[in-house]
Amino acid sequence: MSRMRVNPAREQASTPVMAAGTLAKPMQPGAPMEPGIPMEPQGPMEPEAQIAPQMADELAAREFEGMVAANRPHIFRLLLASTRDVDLAETLTQECFLKAHRSWGSFRGESSVMTWLMRIAINLEKDNWRNRRLQFWRQTRTHAVDVDEASEWLPSGERNAEQQLLAREQVQHVWRAVEKLSGRQRTIFLLRYVEEMELAEIAAATGLSEGTVKAHLSRGLSKVRAEVGGAR
Amino acid sequence: MNLRNSRTPEPMRLEKPGLEKPGLEARGLETQELEAQEKELNQALANFRQSVHAWSEAEYSRPRSLAPAAPHRSWRTASAWALGCVLAAGSLAGGLYDRHHHQELAAAAAREARAQQSAAEQQFQAAARQQDEKLFADMDRDVSQEVPSAMEPLAQLMDETNP
Repeated sequence: MSRMRVNPAREQASTPVMAAGTLAKPMQPGAPMEPGIPMEPQGPMEPEAQIAPQMADELAAREFEGMVAANRPHIFRLLLASTRDVDLAETLTQECFLKAHRSWGSFRGESSVMTWLMRIAINLEKDNWRNRRLQFWRQTRTHAVDVDEASEWLPSGERNAEQQLLAREQVQHVWRAVEKLSGRQRTIFLLRYVEEMELAEIAAATGLSEGTVKAHLSRGLSKVRAEVGGAR
Repeated sequence: MNLRNSRTPEPMRLEKPGLEKPGLEARGLETQELEAQEKELNQALANFRQSVHAWSEAEYSRPRSLAPAAPHRSWRTASAWALGCVLAAGSLAGGLYDRHHHQELAAAAAREARAQQSAAEQQFQAAARQQDEKLFADMDRDVSQEVPSAMEPLAQLMDETNP
């Protein structure tokens, strides 16, 4: 997925995202940006931009809105599979797109938007895990569902009851194996076998080398293989 | 289902080093078994992917309602706080008891030290008294030996006057 390049003036004057597909009032052109976001040098403005800055804002907002709509389910799915907590996955997805919106102007398109978003989501999940460890007394409740409950989800398809039972058992075993994986191994495993990303994309999303990704994937897969094989 | 790619990624094969090369038939059986395992693993991974997709889609499209979360978390939070309070109270009580015990031990040790000290003092005083008495006795004896008897000069006078 490649991102359409728009005028830098438009990129900086985009709108904050409040919820999926819901965009707040556009910022006024020239409004102060969030700290930490690099400002692109603005040369002499093109005649189009001078004439219709409002239109540029709307275009940028629509572009971001389209990006959110296209990628939100994937980000939500990864976070849901990582945390097994629907509420937390929703919160982190929201935070992910908020961060993406803040950095949207500095995104150079070196990787795909999806990879970039995945990277933000992975970092958010990591931060959340660290914070959770420190904030035990503030957040004693976890909404994460257990492995058995997570395994209940199966598309009905054209399967008979026996096949569904078998599939549920297999899913249960994979969940159990995934539960035992380290955080990094789990992320890589989910990116590969749930999001079906290529190794290079996973490497870009996790900030690791392809070799490291391969090694983690191999270790993770061998654990899954042992769990699935041990069930027989 | 909104799948980007319907193809399941092939899991990587793990080689088993150190295995002896079996015969053709055995090797064939082993290959078949490995293939069956791979097939089962592929199937499990595909089912897992479909399950996660189905769950995610169901949760994603579920209508949301804003409900206060406080009543749900009350008993867990309360139990967590109760446990925390019990632990804190326990550690506090333990600390106080330990401190009290230490104080008692210190007081007993001080008492014992005082008793020992007084006993030593008494012993020292008795020894000093005994030493003084001995000294006086020695002095009396020495003086009595060195000083002539009281009647000796008179006796001499008597001798001189009555030759």
